[in-house]
Amino acid sequence: MSSPPVVRIRGLRRAFGTQQVLDGVDLDIAGGEFVAMLGRSGSGKSTLLRVLAGLDGQATGSVVVPRSRAVVFQNPRLLPWRRALANVAFALRDGGPDTPSRAARARAALDEVGLADKARAWPLSLSGGEAQRVSLARALVREPDLLLLDEPFGALDALTRLKMYRLLHELWARRHMAVLHVTHDVDEAILLADRVVVLSDGRISLNHAVELPFPRSRGDDGFDDLRRTLLAELGVEEEVGHDRTR
Amino acid sequence: MGPALILAVWTIGSASGLLNPDLFPPPAQVASTAWRLLGEGQLATHVGASLTRVLTGTILGVLVGVGLAIAAGLTRTVEDLLDWTMQILKAVPNFALTPLLIIWMGIGEGPKIVLITTGVAIAIYINTYSGIRGVDQQLVEMAQTLDARRFTLIRQVILPGAMPNFLVGLRLGLSSAWLSLIFAEMINTTEGIGYLMSRAQTNLQFDVSLLVIVIYAIAGLLSYTLVRVLERLLLSWRNGFDGVE
Repeated sequence: MSSPPVVRIRGLRRAFGTQQVLDGVDLDIAGGEFVAMLGRSGSGKSTLLRVLAGLDGQATGSVVVPRSRAVVFQNPRLLPWRRALANVAFALRDGGPDTPSRAARARAALDEVGLADKARAWPLSLSGGEAQRVSLARALVREPDLLLLDEPFGALDALTRLKMYRLLHELWARRHMAVLHVTHDVDEAILLADRVVVLSDGRISLNHAVELPFPRSRGDDGFDDLRRTLLAELGVEEEVGHDRTR
Repeated sequence: MGPALILAVWTIGSASGLLNPDLFPPPAQVASTAWRLLGEGQLATHVGASLTRVLTGTILGVLVGVGLAIAAGLTRTVEDLLDWTMQILKAVPNFALTPLLIIWMGIGEGPKIVLITTGVAIAIYINTYSGIRGVDQQLVEMAQTLDARRFTLIRQVILPGAMPNFLVGLRLGLSSAWLSLIFAEMINTTEGIGYLMSRAQTNLQFDVSLLVIVIYAIAGLLSYTLVRVLERLLLSWRNGFDGVE
């Protein structure tokens, strides 16, 4: 990557009690780069993301992140008492220029995730996928230099997830912000990312550029090899006795 | 439905002679008494005086209760100072305060309003405070990642999150207000439905006594309706549906 790093992490450590969750993480993310981070449950990947989001003040080490960053959590975390549009505009409430007007910017962001017609909907009336798209619009409306995604599709069904991959890829291709996408889904990481890193025992144990051209799909040349490599790194054997269609 | 049934039983009881009309006057007599007092302007005076007390006490109680709940809900120091005190006060029947209030404040409007205010403030405080403490921490974090100012966080996230509990507090507060009113109006007074009741008792006017009970019942019903309306207005997001647009 030729662009200078927008995220620079050196020797990041974080312990909960006696458990050292992050034990010297070094990671750079270039401007406009899409990095997927894999790790088993409890590997500290969400902790790392929370540090980058500014939600964890207890970590030690050196962390440089852009001021302009936004987070999408696994749970959409919409304010249930604000309509979809107001939830997006909430991200613009404090500070920032007033022109074009906030409502118009929020509307444009909703339009970008394909939910222009849901502007007046209450969050509780939205489907899981729709709510997550509103949450994505709320992150995008801030035009972040770094987008932090914490298993954003973890709670969605498989079909909705496929649509979300496409949407996320389009948004990233258009806006070209740096992305750190934390997930436990190996396929998701390979489909979306420029680079996949694996976090295990509190450190980056594998750092692998994904050379596959877009558009990608499962079954592309090299997909399965990379998949096996990553699964092995995660300590998982894929063969469970039933054949996966190759 | 329920209130209509009570009225029906009352009417039938009186008509069939099961109820002694001298001790338990029939609805028609109570209605005509109401009509007479209304014509003389007495009803308006007494109901007006009571309503003013309840409204003043409730408004003050809501302000005090919400203010204290926000202070205790958002700062540890205030919580340490306040919360146990309020929880203990909750356990004290507030009409036990009546004699003290008279000694401290005399027999004017002061102690009456304070009595009502105290009850409302405690009910509002207890519920709103637990609502604030129960606000989804995930939403607070979300607002932090969006660099929301403290004021924005309170106004857009914490207070709306505590609203359902506040309304429970308001419902309890309003019933406490009417209950406190009964005790408050036992303190030397010449106006209010409480006064009307004790005068009726002295003069053995059972129709007036029953009328006062009916007024209390209507007041309770209206208070309940008010809270229900507020719930529909303020919590419409819960249903996710507010009519076709």
